[in-house]
Amino acid sequence: MTTENRPEKRRRKPSVPLWLKGMTNTTITILVTMVGLLFVTFIIGRVMPIDPVLSIVGESASRETYEAAFQELGLDKPLLVQFFYFMRDIAQGNFGESLLTARPVSQDLIRVFPATFELATVGTFFGVLLGVPLGVLAAVKRGSWFDHIARVIALIGYSMPVFWIGLIGLLVFYGKLGWIGGPGRLDIFYVDMVPNITGMILIDSLIMGDMDIFKNAISHIVLPAALLAYYSLAYISRMTRSFMLEQLDQEYIITAQVKGLSANAVIWRHAFDNVKVPLVTVIALSYAALLEGSVLTETIFSWPGIGSYITTALLSADMNAVLGGTVIVGLVFICLNIFSDLLYKFFDPRAK
Amino acid sequence: MSMDSKNPQKFSSLYEWLTTDAPISRNQARLSALYMSWLELRSNPMAMFGITILLALVLIAWSAPLLAPQSPFTQDLAARLTPPGEGGYILGSDSLGRDILSRLIYGARITLYIVSLVALLAPIVGLFVGTAAGYLGGWIDVILMRITDIFLAFPKLILALAFVSALGAGIENAVLAIVLTSWPPYARIARAETLTIRDADYIHAIKLQGAGSLRIITRHIWPLCISSLVVRVTLDMAGIILTAAGLGFLGLGAQPPSPEWGAMISAGRKFILDHWWVATMPGMAIFVVSLAFNLLGDGLRDVLDPKKSSK
Repeated sequence: MTTENRPEKRRRKPSVPLWLKGMTNTTITILVTMVGLLFVTFIIGRVMPIDPVLSIVGESASRETYEAAFQELGLDKPLLVQFFYFMRDIAQGNFGESLLTARPVSQDLIRVFPATFELATVGTFFGVLLGVPLGVLAAVKRGSWFDHIARVIALIGYSMPVFWIGLIGLLVFYGKLGWIGGPGRLDIFYVDMVPNITGMILIDSLIMGDMDIFKNAISHIVLPAALLAYYSLAYISRMTRSFMLEQLDQEYIITAQVKGLSANAVIWRHAFDNVKVPLVTVIALSYAALLEGSVLTETIFSWPGIGSYITTALLSADMNAVLGGTVIVGLVFICLNIFSDLLYKFFDPRAK
Repeated sequence: MSMDSKNPQKFSSLYEWLTTDAPISRNQARLSALYMSWLELRSNPMAMFGITILLALVLIAWSAPLLAPQSPFTQDLAARLTPPGEGGYILGSDSLGRDILSRLIYGARITLYIVSLVALLAPIVGLFVGTAAGYLGGWIDVILMRITDIFLAFPKLILALAFVSALGAGIENAVLAIVLTSWPPYARIARAETLTIRDADYIHAIKLQGAGSLRIITRHIWPLCISSLVVRVTLDMAGIILTAAGLGFLGLGAQPPSPEWGAMISAGRKFILDHWWVATMPGMAIFVVSLAFNLLGDGLRDVLDPKKSSK
């Protein structure tokens, strides 16, 4: 027993405060992950069967011009040195120039990101708004027809190819019924009438006070956002259900019921209160997944966001744009993960 | 071994042999556990529905030349974009006058090919990485798990896109890209399993007998990791199909004229407003198959999750 107690005592007076140690560890993890992400992207860029020099100087350049450009790009240096340059450039926000738009990739990314952000945010908002109650009710009424229907709804959401259901949606609601706007963010005659304040048309048109444009923007975003909302609803409702089931089986729930609390109070004030924290993680993850899923959704709806930017760049062998886009999405992904981790630590007393 | 052969006809039927409380050989115990899981799965109608669809898919893919009314590549420009049910085209024809039904039937082969390759390769990569990290520990564990985390932090589809663009479009490269993006969860599972096994008495016993790390990992740790990996793979199959179809849709998977379902949707996209069937039919096929995998995975999880089955 004494030998077991000794390390316990030592641990009580750590030379470095625990929170500082924890923070250093987290920081190191984040840094390593980010460098790793950059490294993978860098290697992909090097493996690509595209000659970065040729794409700058052109096919008919002389040997000397080629060599000069080759050296200017630092391609004669060892791979590690090249990677270091790559990291330095990205740290300065320099992703090189896009072949397709002939503008710096960083500017392109700033231009396209708000569109993706707007779409994913609206999607997640409705996904949470509908998915959480659906999951809670499915857990409360476990085994009932409601539970089964909720399960089928989620399974269908998991199984549907987003690009296909998007096409069908366009066919039915735009082509046949004419209820919604077509592909793109606005009707063609509204494009360029909105000043670029936040880059999110729904907000910009409200700031401008132009309700016509606002309505038009809504008619365009409603279908892609509804699809994304359905996908996050499928995931969020399933996770909410299993979290809730775990809580509802605990003894404190029986205590609350025995005390005579109403069913609503037991479900929402007691059980749901303990589900909130893990749920935030799930929501952050589904948000990240929507940003990623934007690649296919945006292609279908000609939504000028980061997803369609990367795909277009890919198909036209615009390497800088592909790598820049990949790095940005990756960084956002990591940030969302870290954010959900931190929230978890902040709200869950057991994690402290 | 000789003990087994000494009690031969102890069980009167196969059913009894499978459901006995006292199995007399390792294989019998294993098979009877499998049989019990099967009985439980059989009582889940949704999972059985999923299995039926998947069996049908395998049959269809296997007997494609017999079932398909036409060759998937034969073009008939006079009969292009024929609506379903007309002129002998049950599901209509595409923009080159090819029979969509025949293309779907042959496309089942491509889908099964991609799914089975990924479902085989990704868990193997994960198994190698996870067991090595878990058993060897120390700095090897740190490095391997960091790499895993990096790949886990990457958005899957975008990483796959970047890989395919680096490697060149095509089915094999799409498979490789999906494998490269989907192994990390398996590595985590394998590592977690290894950590629980690593300090078991029987591992110490083998070690005392002089077994090296390689032998312990491959002969004594791998067999115990496999069952949890199999469950996870079944759950992931639908996702693999959707990713593969997505790559095909973006033009990065199977190349024309290959009848890959995702690429077929992409080809039908241009005609969606006037000729709905060209893109709709392959989408239905993807949906049905991935739904079948999800139903099966859902059922399997219920059967194999000890927490749920006790309720």
